[in-house]
Amino acid sequence: MTSPPLTTSISPDRGQSALSELSQETFALTRRLFLQLARRPSTLVAGVLQPLIWLTLFGALFANAPEGLLPGGMSYGRFLGAGVIVFTAFSGALNAGLPVMFDREFGFLNRLLVAPLRSRSSIVLASVLYITVISLLQSLAIMVTAAGLGYGWPGGAGLLLVLVTLLLLVFAVTALSLGLAFALPGHIELIAVIFVANLPLLFASTALAPLSFMPSWMEWLASLNPLTFAIEPIRAAYRGPLDLSEVLLEAPYGDITGFGCLAVLVVLTAGLFLLIRPLLNRKLT
Amino acid sequence: MALIELRQLSKTYGDVTALDGLDLDVPEACLYGLLGPNGAGKTTTLRILATLLAPDRGRVHIDGVDALKDPRAVRQRLGYVAQEVAIDKILTGRELLQLQGDLFHLPKRLRDQRIDELIDCLSMNEWVDRRCGTYSGGMRRRLDLAAGLLHRPKLLVLDEPTVGLDIESRAAIWDLLRQLVREGTGVLLSSHYLEEVEALADRMAIIDDGCVIAEGTPEGLKQRLGGDRVTLRIREFSDADEAERVSALLQPLEGVQQVVVNRAQGFSLNLVIDGDPVVETMRRCLDAEGLPVFAMAQSRPSLDDVYLQATGRTLMDAELAVAGQRDVKQERRQSMR
Repeated sequence: MTSPPLTTSISPDRGQSALSELSQETFALTRRLFLQLARRPSTLVAGVLQPLIWLTLFGALFANAPEGLLPGGMSYGRFLGAGVIVFTAFSGALNAGLPVMFDREFGFLNRLLVAPLRSRSSIVLASVLYITVISLLQSLAIMVTAAGLGYGWPGGAGLLLVLVTLLLLVFAVTALSLGLAFALPGHIELIAVIFVANLPLLFASTALAPLSFMPSWMEWLASLNPLTFAIEPIRAAYRGPLDLSEVLLEAPYGDITGFGCLAVLVVLTAGLFLLIRPLLNRKLT
Repeated sequence: MALIELRQLSKTYGDVTALDGLDLDVPEACLYGLLGPNGAGKTTTLRILATLLAPDRGRVHIDGVDALKDPRAVRQRLGYVAQEVAIDKILTGRELLQLQGDLFHLPKRLRDQRIDELIDCLSMNEWVDRRCGTYSGGMRRRLDLAAGLLHRPKLLVLDEPTVGLDIESRAAIWDLLRQLVREGTGVLLSSHYLEEVEALADRMAIIDDGCVIAEGTPEGLKQRLGGDRVTLRIREFSDADEAERVSALLQPLEGVQQVVVNRAQGFSLNLVIDGDPVVETMRRCLDAEGLPVFAMAQSRPSLDDVYLQATGRTLMDAELAVAGQRDVKQERRQSMR
């Protein structure tokens, strides 16, 4: 070992602005997640493959269903498309907590916590950024495939609606998953919750069948399920001329318009972030 | 002003008391050793210094900053090298250092220059661009040291830095720590290796059951203890009766401070005596009784004797006593957020 100065003092406060420090730490944390992904892409690949299989097989299952069975005379493939897009984003975001949980378990989080982070929200923010990009990429892959299968493509305004809806859902589910990652004792428990939550939430939504196909108890479930409030606007975006004041969901408790669906998602997202805030504050200070 | 000033620190985990009114002063630019068996409270103390843990009671001042009021200012001044090194196996060493640099908000050019310096200094050139998952224990520890030093902390805190390392890595780390102190950085390390503290530390504290029971320079502590240590064996294996008889014989001699029959070592006798002339007195006394001497060894007090004097047990006994009680699961939960 040579002996150039190891410790010529760097003044601790270099007077950088809070914002530049915050973006430096958030960018670095996000970069780490993407480096991990680039070197271990299997989750991303599986996350695209699974919904593609859903779309192809499930779509084919009802290909010969009698015309006019679905509201608005939609083909089943087109009906299913919106469901699979939402499901993809949902199950991607549900995994948001996993990297954080591993960092907790293996002590990497402690390495982050001894650093003078400007705000520890940057740890959460990095996860949200990462999962958002992944989920949107996966959803895009599904949309392109659906278009290739002849299930249509939303127009300009429709595309914007799809984006906004997916973002809201991804934020909400990411918040939930991050909350779980700090509340549960280990990754085994987190994976168990993800596993249990995933499919039932899909089935008890309007992803695979419209409300009118369901017995009334399930109609209730489906019209309380957050996924439904994301699926219906996207389905509307695919259906063509966009009108958010149109009733999209005839729930047993009343009619919900497009604006209504988005409002539910906004409230859900805000509520979940408020709900996990005290937990994160406790665990990260 | 002391670099570290801890006052009346207390911390309990459930019904386990980890720290019980610990006081500690570490001067600037000093290599300070915390010695104590596993479970004595060393790691808890260091985790509090690193702002990972808040004490139930007590004051923590580092470089004049109140760590409980302004933890961020402490984090900027302090480098922490934990015991269980958590690294991201998929990143390369260099990427990990870049991440660390960004978390300490080093400007990019300074960050990369600093990384290159440390890579040279810690001889990491050959492997720093390989993924961390492939590193040996020594490499990991060096990478972690580099990460701890990246922002040029005023104080480096290391938790058992050389545990389980090969001799070469250990020597390299010792050299580095000495260099740091020469350059004015304060270094605080915990260890349960007596030799490590003896070889490295300018000052030291012995911790047991969550408080400091002895403090000073290693030399000073040994001198304060006074007297020479003598291990005496009448025969290779004496029996208990004979050992007790000889003990009773030597005890009243002038200059003999203490005689202990050591059952664990074939009933040899451990004595504390005033100095060389007493050895002669003992020999004459044994001769007169017609007793043989199989072996007699004389030594100055060691840190182990200091420890024994302070706690009433040897460090090794203390280690064995807690080895059975350690609850690895519990410890893991404590360090988890």
